[in-house]
Amino acid sequence: MPLVGFTMEQIGIVSYGAHIPRYRIKAEVIAAVWGKDGQAISRGLGIFEKSVPSVDQDTATISVEAIRAALKRCTLNPTDIGAIYVGSESHPYAVKPTGTIVGEAIGATPDLMVADYEFACKAGTAAIQTCFGLVKAGMIDYGVAIGADTSQAAPGDALEYSASAGGAAFIIGRTNVIATINHTLSYTTDTPDFWRRAEMKYPSHGGRFTGEPAYFKHITNCATNLMTKAGTKPQDYTYAIFHQPNGKFPVNVAKKLGFTIDQVKQGLMVPYIGNTYSGASMIGLASVLDVAKPGDRIFMTSYGSGAGSDGFDMTVTNNITRLSRQKAPTIAQLVADKEYVDYGTYAKMTNLLFWE
Amino acid sequence: MRDVAVIGVGLTKFGELWDKSFRQLIAEAGSKAILNAKIEGKDIDALYVGSMSSGRFVDQEHIGALVAEVSGFSQLHIPATRVEGACASGGLAVREGYLSIASGMNDIVVVGGVEKMNDVGGSEATEILATASDQEWEAFFGATFPGIYAMIATRHMYEYGTTKEQLAQVAVKNHANGVNNPYAQYQSLISLESVLKATTVAYPLGLMDCSPVSDGAASLVLCAAEKAKKYTDKPVKIIGSGQASDTLALHGRRDICTLDATVHAAKRAYKQANLTPKNIDFAEVHDCFTIAEICAIEDLGFVEKGKGGKAIDNKITTLDGSLPVNTSGGLKAKGHPVGATGVAQIVELTMQLRGEAGKRQVKDAKIGLAHNVGGSGATCVIHIMEAM
Amino acid sequence: MKAGVARFWREIPQRYNFIGNKCGTCERVFFPPRESCPYCRRKSIGNMKEIKLAGKGEVVTYTVIHVGPEDFEEQTPYPIAIIKLEEGPQITAQIVDCPLDEVKIGLKVESTFRKIQQDGHTGAIYYGYKFKKQRQ
Repeated sequence: MPLVGFTMEQIGIVSYGAHIPRYRIKAEVIAAVWGKDGQAISRGLGIFEKSVPSVDQDTATISVEAIRAALKRCTLNPTDIGAIYVGSESHPYAVKPTGTIVGEAIGATPDLMVADYEFACKAGTAAIQTCFGLVKAGMIDYGVAIGADTSQAAPGDALEYSASAGGAAFIIGRTNVIATINHTLSYTTDTPDFWRRAEMKYPSHGGRFTGEPAYFKHITNCATNLMTKAGTKPQDYTYAIFHQPNGKFPVNVAKKLGFTIDQVKQGLMVPYIGNTYSGASMIGLASVLDVAKPGDRIFMTSYGSGAGSDGFDMTVTNNITRLSRQKAPTIAQLVADKEYVDYGTYAKMTNLLFWE
Repeated sequence: MRDVAVIGVGLTKFGELWDKSFRQLIAEAGSKAILNAKIEGKDIDALYVGSMSSGRFVDQEHIGALVAEVSGFSQLHIPATRVEGACASGGLAVREGYLSIASGMNDIVVVGGVEKMNDVGGSEATEILATASDQEWEAFFGATFPGIYAMIATRHMYEYGTTKEQLAQVAVKNHANGVNNPYAQYQSLISLESVLKATTVAYPLGLMDCSPVSDGAASLVLCAAEKAKKYTDKPVKIIGSGQASDTLALHGRRDICTLDATVHAAKRAYKQANLTPKNIDFAEVHDCFTIAEICAIEDLGFVEKGKGGKAIDNKITTLDGSLPVNTSGGLKAKGHPVGATGVAQIVELTMQLRGEAGKRQVKDAKIGLAHNVGGSGATCVIHIMEAM
Repeated sequence: MKAGVARFWREIPQRYNFIGNKCGTCERVFFPPRESCPYCRRKSIGNMKEIKLAGKGEVVTYTVIHVGPEDFEEQTPYPIAIIKLEEGPQITAQIVDCPLDEVKIGLKVESTFRKIQQDGHTGAIYYGYKFKKQRQ
C-alpha cells in the first residue's frame, strides 16, 4: 500500500512480542482483604483483575520471553541486533543491567550496545525512541526496545488493585518494517507525582496530583504536539493507545483529545491485566499489531511519572502480512491463558511476606 | 588373591542420638568391633572409614586420622584412610579393606562407617544429601533426593503397573523386621494405611516411603581368612565383592527404572563367588526409599524386571519368605546414617551367618548379599558372604 | 547455591540457550556438552561440535516436590520432570504454568526462561530453563 505524503525514511517496527504472567488476582479479592467494596473499586478504576508474576518471574524473565516471541515471528538473526534497551522500574538488580541477561538469552552478545532505562511507566517507549535514533543514524541495523515490569504496590495502597506484571518487546529497524514510525516526540517536565526512593520496596505517590497536572497535562500536550508535527487529526488514526494506569484515565484523555472509544479499545488491556507500568502502552501497541492491517495508522502516547510522555505516529505496512504473527501468542491469548490466585498466594508470590 | 573374613562386628544404636558426637559414635562402634574380634591395636595393619559428608554435617574432614585418634591408636600411627561414595561410602570402605587384605598387603584391617546427621537442621540435611545427585544439572533445578527416587517410582508405576500399596508394603515389612533389631531407629510396627496416608514428600513418595535422617556408626574387623580362626570360631567369609558406577544424574541413564550400577556390580560379585541370584538365602538391600528396594530385588536378579512389586505382594521378601530382604529393618526402619549404612549391612550379614540375629534370624542362612548404593545409582557396591 | 557467581556464569550458554554438542563420529547429541563421546571415546576427542538445542521435548517421568530445598520452599508443591529433548539428550527441569494434574508422562513441553535460584535477597540471581506445556 503506498504511503502518500511521506518523505521520511521507512524506519519502524520489524517484529514484536509480549509476555504476561498467567496468574491473576481479582480486584474484589484484594478489596475483601482490606474491607473495601470490590465492585465499587473495580468500577471506579476500570480494572477487574490484574496479572501476578510467579516467584520465578521478574523483569528479566518477562523481557526474555517477550523478545523471544518477537524473534519467533520473524527471520532475524539475533547477532544482527546492535542494541538492546530495557525500560522498567523493577529491574531485578539496582546495579547490574537487565539488558545483558536479555542479550545473552537471545544470543545477541557480544557485539551489542546495552543499557537499562528507567522513566517510570514510559521507559520502554523511550527505548523505542533510542533505537529509532540509532537506526536512523546508521549506527545499528536493528535495535530492541523492551518495556517490562513486575510492579510492586504496598499492601493496602490504592495501587495494589492495579500494579501488575508483563512486558512487550519491539525490534526496530529499516528492513521488513511492519509499521513505520513516521514521527516521534516527547513532552517532559519535572513533576514529582510518583516516585520510589532507592532503598524503598514500594513506590509513593501524590494521590490525586497524579491526575490533572501529571498524566493528563503531559499526554494531552504530547499528543497535540505530535498531531501538529504530523499534520494529522484524531480521525486519521485507526487505533490510539494511551498509557493506562487504570481503565478510566486513557478513555478520558482519548475523549478529551477527540478520539473515540472504538479507536482505543483494541489497545486498552488494563481492565484485564492491570497496569504493567513500563509494559502498559507497549502491550497495548502489541495488541493493536495483533490485528492491524496494511494502511492502518496508529497513534500512541505513553506516560511516565516524573514526568513525561512519548508520542508516536505509525503506519502499518504491507509487510505485516508476511510476519508470522501466529508463531507467538497474541495479547488476547496471553490474557485468556490464566489461573486465579487468592490473596495469600498473591502475597507469597509477590514477596509481601518477606521480613528479613 | 587371598580370601578375607569378618572376625568382629560393632554397631551403635541408630537414631536421633542427641547426646552422642561424631567422635563418640565411631569410637563406640570401633571398640565394639575390636573387642568382638579379640584383637589388639597393634594387630591392626590399616583402617578405612566411610563417611559421606562429615565436612558438611559436622564441619570435619580429614576423618581417617581422626578415627584412628579417637579409637585410641594415635601412638600406633596406623595408616587411616577415608572413603567416600555418597550413601555407598560404607560399602566402599568395606571393599577397600577387603582388597587391601586380598592383595596380601595387610592381614588385619578395621573398617568403619559413620554419619552424624542430626547436628544440622532438616532442610540443611536435605540439601547435603542432594550433593549425592548431580549438583549442576539436577539439584540446581530444584530436584531433591527423594524427588529423584520419586521419578524412578513414577516411571516404574507407568511401565510395570507398580502400585503405591506395593511401595508401602516395603516400609511395612521393614518396620516389622526393625521391631526385632535392638539397634534400629524404629522398633515399631506400622500399618499400610499409615504409610499411604503419610504426608507427601515427593509424589508418589510419602514420608513413610523415605528412610530417616539418622546418627550412627558401624564397624568391622576384617582378617585374612587363613588367620581368622585364630581369633574367632565363627568367621564369615567375603566370597564376592563387586562395584560399578553410572552417571551421577538419573536423566543420563540407559533406563530410568534400572540401576545399571547394581546390575554390573552384582554381575561381578556373582561371578567372583561363582553363584547365581538363586543361591542367595537373604539380602540387605539399599532401601533408602521404598521404590529403591523394589528396583534392587529386580536389578540383583532375584525377580524379573518389573516384577518387584508383585514379589512384595507375594511376601517373598518377608522374614519367613523364600528370600528375606532387609532383616535388620533396612535403611527404612534401622535408620540410614549414610556413611555407616554399607558397613552396618555387613554387620547384619555377619550376625545372620553366625546365627546371632535373635528373633530376626533367617533359618538356615548360608549365603547373604549386601547391596549398597550411592546417590540415585551412580555408585553401587555389593558383597556376598558365607559362613566358614 | 552459595558457591560464588563464577560457577553459575560458566554455565550460562547451557542454562540460557541450550548449547550442547554433537559427536562428529556417531552424531549423538549431548547436553550439557561433553569433552568426549562416551560411545566413541578417543575417536571423538577434538571432534565434538557445538550445537544449539531447540529446548523442546517430552516428559519421561516426573514427581511433585512437596518438601523442597530452602531456595524452592516458596514454590512447593512444584513438579520436576526428566525431559527427553527432541535432539535426544535427557535433562531434569521444573515444569511451570501447568496445573499439577496435567503433568503426565508423554506431555510435550517447551522451555521458558525463569529465575532458578538466588543467593538470598542480596546475592546474585541465577536464571535458566524451566518447561511449560508446548503451545498448540
